[in-house]
This record gives sequence, structure tokens and C-alpha cells, in this order.
Amino acid sequence: MIIVIDYGVGNVGSIRRMLRRGGAAVTVSADPELIDRANGLVLPGVGAFDDAMARLKATGLIPLIQRRVLEESIPLLGICLGMQMLGRRSDEGSMAGLGWIDAETVALKVEPRRRVPHIGWNTVTGHNGNPLFAKVSPDDRFYFLHSFEMRCDDSSEVAARSVYGDAFASAIRRGNIHGVQFHPEKSHGAGLRLLSNFARAT
Amino acid sequence: MRSIRVIPCLLWRDGGLLKTVRFDAPTYVGDPINTARLFNDKEVDELILLDIAASVQEQGPDRSAIAEVADECFAPLCYGGGIRSLEDIHDVLEVGVEKIALNARAVELPELVADAAARFGSQSIVVSIDVRTSPAGYEVITHGGTRRTGLNPVEHARAMEARGAGEILLTAIDREGTGSGYDIDLISRVTAAVNVPVIAHGGAGSIDHMSAAVRHGGASAVAAGSFFVFIGRHRAVLVTYPDQAGLDRIG
Repeated sequence: MIIVIDYGVGNVGSIRRMLRRGGAAVTVSADPELIDRANGLVLPGVGAFDDAMARLKATGLIPLIQRRVLEESIPLLGICLGMQMLGRRSDEGSMAGLGWIDAETVALKVEPRRRVPHIGWNTVTGHNGNPLFAKVSPDDRFYFLHSFEMRCDDSSEVAARSVYGDAFASAIRRGNIHGVQFHPEKSHGAGLRLLSNFARAT
Repeated sequence: MRSIRVIPCLLWRDGGLLKTVRFDAPTYVGDPINTARLFNDKEVDELILLDIAASVQEQGPDRSAIAEVADECFAPLCYGGGIRSLEDIHDVLEVGVEKIALNARAVELPELVADAAARFGSQSIVVSIDVRTSPAGYEVITHGGTRRTGLNPVEHARAMEARGAGEILLTAIDREGTGSGYDIDLISRVTAAVNVPVIAHGGAGSIDHMSAAVRHGGASAVAAGSFFVFIGRHRAVLVTYPDQAGLDRIG
């Protein structure tokens, strides 16, 4: 069973729907017993960094999730803000992130011909061999909706890149910990393939 | 790679999908849930849902109706209509919507835009600006084209961006439903004034109109209502969405 962590933030309904469409057993929950037995976890996130970190902390689930992910190595997928929360901090707020990835999140800079937020569809490259991106082609597009980008200390943990003016990390990975900056649950066929790939790995 | 978004904009009132012309003469077109499903089949870039009854009558958003659309349509969604508070915004986002649009409320209570951006992130906060043209110039009008504000849309867009709005939905009331083309002058003035994406709306009658809104107006996205939705025979709603060649021509 995949558990989509319910901490009052993020498009949990859409994530659940898309995972189910791919045939996965999935529930949205904040129940520690279910999280303790889960085969995989999804950390959703839509919103602002501090608000989301505060809400996640308030559930009391962080130590449990940390044990399952860092010690028991079950697959985790962070989506959008959920990916950014995996790092140590963000320009968007003053609270610390989870710190499970050596990375920080910085504001996307406004540049000529590059408006911020980055809203829309974009391609994703550089993910060769990553099973999360199996059957995802260079022409596949995913939906992005963000004003901040994640910068990894170790560039080998950048699992995929996209270009919006400049290149930025559109996915990260450290072993069983995956993060995607885009919204696979809103990315039609490509998103369904990616979420199904994640489910298969759990 | 195509980066301009092409967005059907669905107006709804009391459970029915409507078409209007210059925000007037509403005609019932069909069922919004079914229409959303049809657009989902076409893998639309985004969908905008505007509840014009909630907006004009200052009712809160109908969460269950929004949820029904979110259940049928996997495309990114923006909802506007009657949103007046942070609680309203939370409730709508929770149901499965990526962005909410504030219109009248952003004029009445600009602090809400700032508070919403701080809590939910700018990327989820769209300010919807409806504009009427007169010999005196452009003016922002709220409540479905009925209430004058005395505001200039360029200044209002700038002010909203400064408060934290992540996107502007800019509608030319006088072009809406006419198919006579977008108001390129209006769009270009607003896109020149802000660094956030601007969605052009009002007047689309062809792919060339959409392309002009992008190339000459500087719009990041083009929205249309009547252009995409038809009343078919037997009063069934029909939808159309450009094919890949058409989409590529827009930008």
C-alpha cells in the first residue's frame, strides 16, 4: 500500500486518483499505523514552505517517516513543494526543511523573457536509466507551477533537469528518496507513467 | 517546445455552463462536469472555472461542484468565483484545484492577496482583472461587469503583483464572446508592466487571434470560452481544442 501523507497540504485527491488509475493500492492518510506498514510514501505539497513545514511538524509524523525512509529505505516521492521540503532550507521561508537531501531551495530569478512563477508545461531530460522515468520520452511534458528551484550540493543527486531560461533541477534522487518539481498527478499520460513507475518500485 | 498555455475558460452558474457576450446575454450551453470530462480527453493544458453566480451574488464557492470537476478532469485547474477569505482559498485548493482567482475581493481587500500568497504561495494566487474600454480609457470593472472601480488595469495589475499575485487573468469585457480578437493594446500594456505571467482572455475567434495575443501582446497563455465550447444539435455540448499543429502556431 502506498500512503499519500495527509498533512492538510497538497493535491492529495488528484495524486490518489492518478496512482489508482495506474493500478496502485493507495490511500491518503495521516495514520501512523498505515505509514508504519506502507510500501511507499508520497509527500505532496502545494503552497508555501513555512506553512507546509509547520503543518507537517504538527502531525507528529516526521520521526516515523524519517525512520521508514532513512533507516528502512522504503521509497519516498516528494512532489513539488514536497520535493523542496526534503532539503535543508528554502528562500521562501525561515523554517528548516527535513534535511534528508543536501540541498537548498532558492527563488527563481526574474529575467528578460522569463516570468516568475514558472507556470506551464515543460520537458525533462537527463534521467537516463532512472526507473522512475521509464518510458518517459524527451518529448513528454510535465506541468510545472513554482517560484522556487532546488539546488543540490552534489550534482549527481539531480535526477533530471528542465530549462526555463536557465536549467534547473526538475527531479532529484538519493537512493530510495525521489523528488519531482513538477506535478505528475496533473501531467496526463506522462504523469501517469511516472506515478505508475513509482508504484512499481514500492 | 511549445510553452504557451491554451486554456478553455468555463463560465458556470447554478450548475449550468454558460456563454455570454460582453458579459451579457447568458445562454445555457450544457453541463460543466461533462464538459470538463470532454476537455480532459483532449488533454488540455489547463482549465479555468469561473462561477459567475457566486461572484455576482457574493456566495461562497460550491465545493462539491468543484470537486466533481476535479474528479473528471486531470488537467491543472484554476477556480474563481465568490472567494472572499483564506478559508475559502484553502477549501477550494484542498478539493483538487491548483490555483484560485480573486476578482472583486482583490479590489476590496488587497491584503488578502498578500496573506494568501504568504500562506499558499504566489503560484496558486491568480488575480482576475475584467476591463471595459471607454473614451476615457481602460477601467477595471467587477461583479460580472456591473460595478465600476475607477481603477486603471495596468496600475491594478502592478499593485496585485506587488502584493504577491503569481498570475494575472486579464479579460477584455468588450471583446468577450464576440470572436473579434483579443484586445492586443490592453494585453501589451499589462504584460509590459508586470513580471508575472499574464493570461489573455476575451475575444478569441481563431488560432491567429491567439498567436497575436502572444507575439504582439506578450501573453504567456491564452484563454477562451465561446471559441472552444459549442451548443450541438440536441442541445448537447460540444467542445473543440486545437490540434498539435494549431497549438504549435500559437506559440
